[in-house]
Amino acid sequence: MRLTSLLILALRSLSRNKLRSFLTMLGIIIGVGAVIAMLSVGQGAKDMVKTSIAGLGTNVINVFAGGGGPGSVRTEAGTSSKLTEEDVEAIGREAEAIRYITPTARSSAQIKYAGQNWRTSVYGAYPDYLLIRNWGLTAGAPYSTSDERGAAKVALIGQTVAKNLFGEGVDPIGQTIRIKNLPFKVVGVLESKGQGSFGNDQDDIVIAPFSTVQKKLIGATFAQTLIASAVSEESIPDASAQIDDILRRRFRLGPGDIPEYMIRTQTEIAQAAGSVSQTMTVLLSSIAGISLLVGGIGIMNIMLVSVTERTREIGIRLAVGAKGRDILLQFLVEAVVISFCGGLIGIAIGAGASTFLGSVQGWAVRVSPASIIVAFAFSAATGIFFGWYPARKAARLNPIDALRYE
Amino acid sequence: MAAPAIVSVRALAKTYQMGDVTVQALRKVDLDIAPGEFVAISGASGSGKSTFMNILGCLDAPTSGSYLLDGTEVESLSRDELSLVRNRKLGFVFQSFNLLSRTTALENVELPLLYRKDADPGKNRAKAMDALTAVGLGERVHHHPNQLSGGQQQRVAIARSMVNDPVLILADEPTGNLDTRSSIEIIGLFQGLNEKGITVVLVTHEPDIASYAGRLIVFRDGNVIRDERNAAPLRASEELAKLKPAGKLG
Repeated sequence: MRLTSLLILALRSLSRNKLRSFLTMLGIIIGVGAVIAMLSVGQGAKDMVKTSIAGLGTNVINVFAGGGGPGSVRTEAGTSSKLTEEDVEAIGREAEAIRYITPTARSSAQIKYAGQNWRTSVYGAYPDYLLIRNWGLTAGAPYSTSDERGAAKVALIGQTVAKNLFGEGVDPIGQTIRIKNLPFKVVGVLESKGQGSFGNDQDDIVIAPFSTVQKKLIGATFAQTLIASAVSEESIPDASAQIDDILRRRFRLGPGDIPEYMIRTQTEIAQAAGSVSQTMTVLLSSIAGISLLVGGIGIMNIMLVSVTERTREIGIRLAVGAKGRDILLQFLVEAVVISFCGGLIGIAIGAGASTFLGSVQGWAVRVSPASIIVAFAFSAATGIFFGWYPARKAARLNPIDALRYE
Repeated sequence: MAAPAIVSVRALAKTYQMGDVTVQALRKVDLDIAPGEFVAISGASGSGKSTFMNILGCLDAPTSGSYLLDGTEVESLSRDELSLVRNRKLGFVFQSFNLLSRTTALENVELPLLYRKDADPGKNRAKAMDALTAVGLGERVHHHPNQLSGGQQQRVAIARSMVNDPVLILADEPTGNLDTRSSIEIIGLFQGLNEKGITVVLVTHEPDIASYAGRLIVFRDGNVIRDERNAAPLRASEELAKLKPAGKLG
């Protein structure tokens, strides 16, 4: 029998039991809809993590002070567990795979300008910090190395700070703000970076020379974190190994000692964030898979009923010369049409639902063509898999028994 | 019997297992039917005549014995080959019509043609129209079976049985559910097909229907107990003329 006649036959027999066909489809609709929604939300989350990781800068390596294992409390007397500017200098001098490196110090501080008040994070870092993080300015200019050396009281402010402190119509450049009551001259306004990977506002920040923040705001001699960038993406592992080498030597650590610092590359951070969204995707996809399975069982059930109901029809068809294959195809096409239509409706509903979720929850949702293809393939496969057994049962009927069936 | 037989069965036997009881429906039947014969088979219920028909129609397989249909040894064929034989050589008419409901008369008649490799929708339609016109239903082709009378439904079934140009038409009590007038009209159609050279075998338990056939075979307990020729079979057209006063019933 020709495929077109098989299709017409299937559509006709399904339209005879519209409610039944629809209910059978419902399982597939829910399954496919769930697959699409899950994949879209998962893809959106992955994209979001990716952009926020990229926002950290290119080829970034972080060295955190502290965070060593239990052995760290027994480090040799006289060695510093904190990172110093001398360490930074040594790394900058010796590590070939490093392009820029800066120590950072962070302090939370109250900032005042005229009558306005704002509490924010003040970062101390070398001017290179902006290069490491790919951070541009919308106004003004970055502070210089001599500002750094001289612990000048100059500052770059983020968009959020600029908005809250100055509001509309005031040019922040050249204005004097007070951080912990010390006067700082605003020399530049940072570009907006938006939300960070943990939902934090990256624009709520003030950046000042490291020496200024360290000595005048914190009063410490150590750096909390070193931030470096590798010369290229490929050299990130080398750069990280070189930093480790240099620091071990400077901290006089033996091969078995656990260091009192932690090196994390951007790739590692991306992987950690990625694995969270990966876990979510797997979890949600398996739920979607289960609902497709249940939908498939529904198809199988209704096809078995249909074969029994239409035993006499099968007998008539066999009597006039239908081969087993013709009967098999007739029922298989019917099952596939159910799952196919269910798949189509499911894709529409899934895409609609994920767009709706995206706009309500503010999630970045992306319905990818790949997820549509996957969902479609799965629904068609479900139809074939679960339609096969009932169809084969129909095809194997004995003509005379089928004709006599009441 | 000069011409090679169209149906030739030798030592044909069929036994059924009904729970613990073994039923011998056919016991070693030998029979030849020549091309162009019009054969009526009768016998009491349980005599094996229906089993014999189903085996002739390749719907059921014999337990033992041989069956040669138009030169083909049927007992050695696979399921699909049997389907092909049914599709190319045979036409069936059943007592209960066995039409597909919710399917028009035309589509019912087209059905055997759909299962041919060389199916061509346009030609199929034309052939089915011709067959329906031949049985006098040319203007009711788009009716569904439930919109047709019993006699009309059986005409559709006959059109379906002849649409694939079979060599043998098998009819199992085709008039069993019909009134006298319709019965004779249906028999008339079979006589017409027979005159065109198609061999017709029909099962009936009504003696007056059997008297339209050129040969009468009687079954009892799985054996042929009588096989006789009827030199002067009734003509359906003449018998209908005698019935003229009866109202116009489809």
